[in-house]
Amino acid sequence: MILRSLPLLLAGLLCAGAAHATQAGHVHASDAWIRVMPANLPAGGYVSLRNDGDQPAVLDGASSAAYGSVMLHQSSTDTGMGRMRMVDSLTVPAHGQVALAPGGYHFMLMDAGKPVQPGQTVQVVLHFADGSTLGTDFLAKPANAL
Amino acid sequence: MKPLRLARLILLLGLALLLTACHRDGKLPWRLTDISGHMPDLAFQLTDDHGKPVTGEDYRGKVVLLYFGYTHCPDVCPLTLAHLHAVLQRVGAKADDARILFVSVDPARDTPAIMHAYVNAFDKRAVGLTGTPRELEALSKRYRSAFTREPSQANGQYEVSHSSAIYLFDRQGHARLLATPAASQDDLVHDLYLLLETGT
Repeated sequence: MILRSLPLLLAGLLCAGAAHATQAGHVHASDAWIRVMPANLPAGGYVSLRNDGDQPAVLDGASSAAYGSVMLHQSSTDTGMGRMRMVDSLTVPAHGQVALAPGGYHFMLMDAGKPVQPGQTVQVVLHFADGSTLGTDFLAKPANAL
Repeated sequence: MKPLRLARLILLLGLALLLTACHRDGKLPWRLTDISGHMPDLAFQLTDDHGKPVTGEDYRGKVVLLYFGYTHCPDVCPLTLAHLHAVLQRVGAKADDARILFVSVDPARDTPAIMHAYVNAFDKRAVGLTGTPRELEALSKRYRSAFTREPSQANGQYEVSHSSAIYLFDRQGHARLLATPAASQDDLVHDLYLLLETGT
C-alpha cells in the first residue's frame, strides 16, 4: 500500500516544487472583482498582482468557465478621448506589483453562460507566458461599485 | 438669544451676503472648467430609453450632466457613471433635480431597451439617449465632442473611442461647466450643488 503510493507521492512533491518554479507560482492575486453589467453586456475584471519571484511574470491571458471570452485590455482617457485597446501581455516585475484597476488595465469578460449576479464568486484562470496558470476567485459587484 | 443660534444667524447672513456679492459680479466660485458662453445651449432630437422621442427642451428645469459613451464599454463608461452616481448621492435630495444624460455613440448596438438596463444599473436619475447616426453626430458636433469607430474585427466586435468629458448645463439649458473623468468627486459635488442652488 505504502510502496504503491510512493511514486504518486513523489510525483505530487515534484509537481509542488515545479509549481513554485513557475511564473504563476510566484504571483499572488488580491482584491479580485468583476463589475457586473446588465443585459449580458461585457463586464470589467480587476485584480492586484504581486510577484515575489526573482524573475518577471508575464500575464498573457485569462479564461473562465463562466464567460465565453476573457480579454486583457487597457483603457486610457489621454487627450480627452476614452479609448480601449487589446493588450497582448502585462509584465509583473520581479519583486514588484501591477494593478488591473478601473480606468487602466482590465479584463473584458464577455458572453456569460449564465447571468452573473453581484455577490457571487467567479473563478478566473490567469495564464502566464511559461504556460503556468493561477486560478483566482473574483467577487462580482454591482455596476455602480466604486 | 442662545450663542449657538446667534452664530447660526450670523453664518446665514454671511452666506446671503456672499451669494449676493457673487451674483453681482456674475462670478461663482466654480472648481470645474467654466464654459459659460463658450458652448451652445442644450439642444438635440433623440430617443430616450423608454423609446420616446425627446428634445433638449424636455430637460429644461433640470440640471443636466451630459456624457457620451456606449454600453459595450466595460471600464471607463461604468467608472464615470458610478462616479456620477456617487456624486448625486452625496448632493442628496436636491440631486433629484439633476439628470445624467448618457448619449450612445454606438447606435447600431445600443437600442433603447439595452440603454434602459444599462443606465438603471447606475442611477435612477440617469437617462439613456440614442438615435440615428446623423442625430447623434449632430449632438456630438455641437459640443465639439468626437467619436470614432475602429474597423471591425473578425468576430464582428469593434472598439469605439469617444470624448470622455462631462458637460454640465443649468436649468435653463445653458452650458456652464466641463469636467474630465479625472475630476474629483469633491469638485463635482461642490459645483453641482452650486448649479442646483443658483440656477432656479
